[in-house]
Amino acid sequence: MRANTWAGRNKVEVRDVPDPKILNSRDAIVRITSTAICGSDLHLVDGYVPTMQDGDVLGHEFMGEVVEVGSGVAADRLRVGDRVVVPFPIACGACAACAAGLYSCCENTNPNAGISEKMFGHPTAGIFGYSHLTGGFAGGQAQYARVPFADVGPLKIESDLTDEQVLFLSDILPTGYMGADMCDIQPTDVVAVWGAGPVGQFAMDSARVLGAAKVIAIDKEPYRLQMAEQAGHTPVNFEEVDVRSRLLELTGGRGPDKCIDAVGLEATHGSAHISAYDRVKQAVRSETDRPHALRQAIMSCRSGGVVSVIGVYGGLIDKFPAGAWMNRSLTLRTGQCHVHRYMKPLLDRIERGELDPTRIITHTLPLDEAERGFEMFKNKEDNCEKVVLKP
Amino acid sequence: MELTATTTVRKPVTEVFAFWRDLQNLPTFMGHLEEVRTTGDRTSHWVADAPFGQNVEWDAEIVEEVQAERIAWRSTGDADVPNAGVVRFVPAPDGESTEVHVGLVYDIPGGAIGKAVARYFGEEPHQQLDDDLRRFKQVLETGEVVRSDGAPWGKRARKEFPQRPAQPLSDAELEKGPDA
Repeated sequence: MRANTWAGRNKVEVRDVPDPKILNSRDAIVRITSTAICGSDLHLVDGYVPTMQDGDVLGHEFMGEVVEVGSGVAADRLRVGDRVVVPFPIACGACAACAAGLYSCCENTNPNAGISEKMFGHPTAGIFGYSHLTGGFAGGQAQYARVPFADVGPLKIESDLTDEQVLFLSDILPTGYMGADMCDIQPTDVVAVWGAGPVGQFAMDSARVLGAAKVIAIDKEPYRLQMAEQAGHTPVNFEEVDVRSRLLELTGGRGPDKCIDAVGLEATHGSAHISAYDRVKQAVRSETDRPHALRQAIMSCRSGGVVSVIGVYGGLIDKFPAGAWMNRSLTLRTGQCHVHRYMKPLLDRIERGELDPTRIITHTLPLDEAERGFEMFKNKEDNCEKVVLKP
Repeated sequence: MELTATTTVRKPVTEVFAFWRDLQNLPTFMGHLEEVRTTGDRTSHWVADAPFGQNVEWDAEIVEEVQAERIAWRSTGDADVPNAGVVRFVPAPDGESTEVHVGLVYDIPGGAIGKAVARYFGEEPHQQLDDDLRRFKQVLETGEVVRSDGAPWGKRARKEFPQRPAQPLSDAELEKGPDA
């Protein structure tokens, strides 16, 4: 089959690889009908996530049709012909983490748990197409994928919604939603979202459906801010204004009640010297992540507020504003999304018309043009917000 | 050499104890074991793989058994690498899981065998036992050892660094089976 693979830093390549087969009894094989490029794929391609290998199949946002199931998958759970969206974390459904709804921290699905334990203190779940640190599972930017624990993760789509309406249930819609969910949003809340990429857009929409009074979008790309504004959110361009001052203006001096970091480890900064400081530290590996958005969110949030982090961090950061966090009674909440928790309720919201995930799609390309898709998305060419690939 | 490791399995203590007490189950999750064959009520024959494709074999006996609490065994006779182990099973505070505490002791001899054993365990001998217990937990909680494309060989995974790329196995690789 054809699959998009990691071919070294800053390089992806669509190649011929073997078709996937059943390896464990609870596997299914899915023929992929739609798949997407995620902002977190850029972290892999940019070389910020260790343990990538030449030839690793990328992609963790995909959906399609079940073409084979293992002997351990009960027919009432999943059968050949089912149309499914596959959540990006692989979860066993049986361990204590899964029982607590912490699917992305599943204790059983990462065969390389030993590596992840060294980096993170405790192991984390397997993830499709996301380095050997998260298990070394082939991803879904391909014609077919093997889906382990197929009786736990995949969500059946039984209505006639299009692929584009439901594809993002695999990752970015639940991820954005969890960012808002962790904020415990009240009707009086002003919610500020750093990053108007796909996850940020969905965090904003989710804050709105959860009842926030006002939602603010912070980014530097005019087209992304315009997209947020068209969806009813208030844009703040950090290259044009001082973010903290603008947020104070927009909140009567209080600061946003809830702040969401939808940027993560490759943030850019309006202040060139701070940006340079972190880039240098990152380049010499004395700091692995560039945390401007997180720092600014903590400094901006009103006292007693919540800072919710859904942007991806992989390692260590410098100059964490612990004083602001501690002295102003801030709550810091975070997690790789526990997608399984949110898929069905969000599908219901899509069906009811409360959320329109298709609004962020700017480009649809054949799988064979994945390389061009990565380039456009990374360089924000042609107002690229989200690329869907068709195998 | 003394190694200890611990894990918590979300299964009742009687079930976890029973799985370990059937010593023939140990090779399903312990990386270095080829086979454990029960030869009597308390005796067994163990085969471990050693470097250079050689096997090391020994007889063992259970020296202590407290139902759903504790099993201890040791090698008997003239073992190449005299060894002993003890496992304690403790109900976890959640009321449904079991803490498993494992202690192993290897009396590593001098000479070629000693060197080979030391090399086998490498610089981080604890890692192997930790990985063994992770697979033990996988088998009890999910029914089998989880395989990925990058680490498809189950309990052999530790030998596979750098791993194969995370892309589907070829037919030839697939034919090797899960413990190739």
